[in-house]
Amino acid sequence: MSAQPYKEILHNGLWKQNTGVVQLLGMCPVLAVSTSVVNGFSLGLATVLVMVLSNAAVSPIRNYMPNEIRIPVFVLIISVLVTVVQYLMNAYLYGLYVVLGIFIPLIVTNCIVLARVEAFASKNPVLPSAVDGLAMGLGLAAVLAILGGMREILGHGTLLSGLDLVFGDAAKAWVITLIPDYHGFLIAILPPGAFIGLGLLIACRNFLTLRGERKAGGNAAISHADGGVAVSHIN
Amino acid sequence: MPSSPFITRSTSVSAIMFKVLLALVPGIALYVWFYGPAILVSLALASVTALATEAVMLKLRNRPIKPFLSDNSALLTAWLLALSIPPLAPWWLVVVGTMFAISIAKHLYGGLGSNPFNPAMIGYAVLIISFPLHMTHWLSPLGLGQAEIGFADQLRYIFSGALPPGLTLDAVTMATPLDTLKTQLHMNRPMQEITAMPIYGHLAGHGSEMVAVGFLLGSVYLFANRIITWHQPVAFLGTLFLTAEIFHMVDSGHYATPMFHWFSGAAMLGAFFILTDPITSPTTPKGKLIFAAGAGFLTYIIRVFGGFPDGVAFATLLMNICVPLIDAYTQPKVFGHKAGKK
Repeated sequence: MSAQPYKEILHNGLWKQNTGVVQLLGMCPVLAVSTSVVNGFSLGLATVLVMVLSNAAVSPIRNYMPNEIRIPVFVLIISVLVTVVQYLMNAYLYGLYVVLGIFIPLIVTNCIVLARVEAFASKNPVLPSAVDGLAMGLGLAAVLAILGGMREILGHGTLLSGLDLVFGDAAKAWVITLIPDYHGFLIAILPPGAFIGLGLLIACRNFLTLRGERKAGGNAAISHADGGVAVSHIN
Repeated sequence: MPSSPFITRSTSVSAIMFKVLLALVPGIALYVWFYGPAILVSLALASVTALATEAVMLKLRNRPIKPFLSDNSALLTAWLLALSIPPLAPWWLVVVGTMFAISIAKHLYGGLGSNPFNPAMIGYAVLIISFPLHMTHWLSPLGLGQAEIGFADQLRYIFSGALPPGLTLDAVTMATPLDTLKTQLHMNRPMQEITAMPIYGHLAGHGSEMVAVGFLLGSVYLFANRIITWHQPVAFLGTLFLTAEIFHMVDSGHYATPMFHWFSGAAMLGAFFILTDPITSPTTPKGKLIFAAGAGFLTYIIRVFGGFPDGVAFATLLMNICVPLIDAYTQPKVFGHKAGKK
């Protein structure tokens, strides 16, 4: 199992099995928090941290884990790590901590974390597991950032607003106002905007995949195992 | 069903849609008479945007452009949307609503015949949720506002947002009769005093009631050409009437007359032109009755107890969701089969 090259793990996480637009796992934060680039990407990075640590923590004990109680043990490990991340954010990034609110502790219930622990870390050595957590998490963070950017531009006409929550008041000047005197397309910020935006992103990803396959050879027997419509449980 | 022999004419989509457009003309004419020609600008803007968006979407979907572009369905969506939003709206409001209606509500669901929601109502819902402020500035009926502006000034406002010096938007616009009633009742003014205000006419709002009559007149043409059946209008208006009558009987000091609800807002437009859309309403006669009755009830509830100025759009969309379910439960039994058995 350990022979799986890191390049493939990275490709899987970032594109082929992207959690946000292919596996559609962990939809709750994707839809709820992606109101701006900063919000989306910060929660994405917090999830990356949890995923890397939980994969790395579960992998060494995978051979000693009684099969019957593995899920509760996984959840315990994940929730400990999330609590650590939550306290760290509370201490050092208080503004962001307030904005993201309940969605930080909810990383525990984000099924993508448990899914990677169960599907990858419990069967692979430590280093590949950590890389898998990193790749999968970054894939999710990228979707969160892009969706957040789309919704922020359409909804407020700005980009990178809220950066001061991370870097202090000096960062207030870094906000890019793309459309001055903008009326605000409110629906982009509201929940329907999240669903429509995510739908468009999935469509884009499917379009790119199909075009790539067509370019690659155009043979009739294209396997659609990875592309097409991904159906899975939503959190 | 008519009896045999079954000789039918096949009518093309574009002919039907064109007749529906024609049936809207009396209402539009009265609109211009009472509110001035600003609505014509909205209609033109929406039409151009709808056709352009339709062409782009057809191109993106690799569909033939000419046959679909000339089927008049995009134009109908554009007109219904333009008639639902304030005539003195800035140009981008009309353009954004129409683009959303045609691209997302219609083509992303598969185009004409596959869209589960009425595109014009989606466009309206998006606009009222996104730009609530702009959607409440309705032009005052001629002779009622504090000030009136000519067509040239209306045009300038629509395209540049500038009013003649010394005038504010509040001087040339006012809340709709439905909205006024709600706010005045909130301020505990008695119903009789409110309906004596100049904004109200014989049945409902001054001016707007006549536009509703215009749509009612247009429906005669639709019936005469057998484009719509009686089911949706009767069920919708009947339920709206009954619900309003019950509330009015219980407490006439707080609930307006059924006639007020019939001739206010988009009730007439909805009954004859929106709920009768063959794509987004059920196919069975019984289903049509259930669908439109639900819309009538919800319209009243949203109007009277909800936060939005009118309920027709949201009621229609909510009932649109139920159409597949209604269709499944109202299939007529096949001749020779027992009811309830598959």
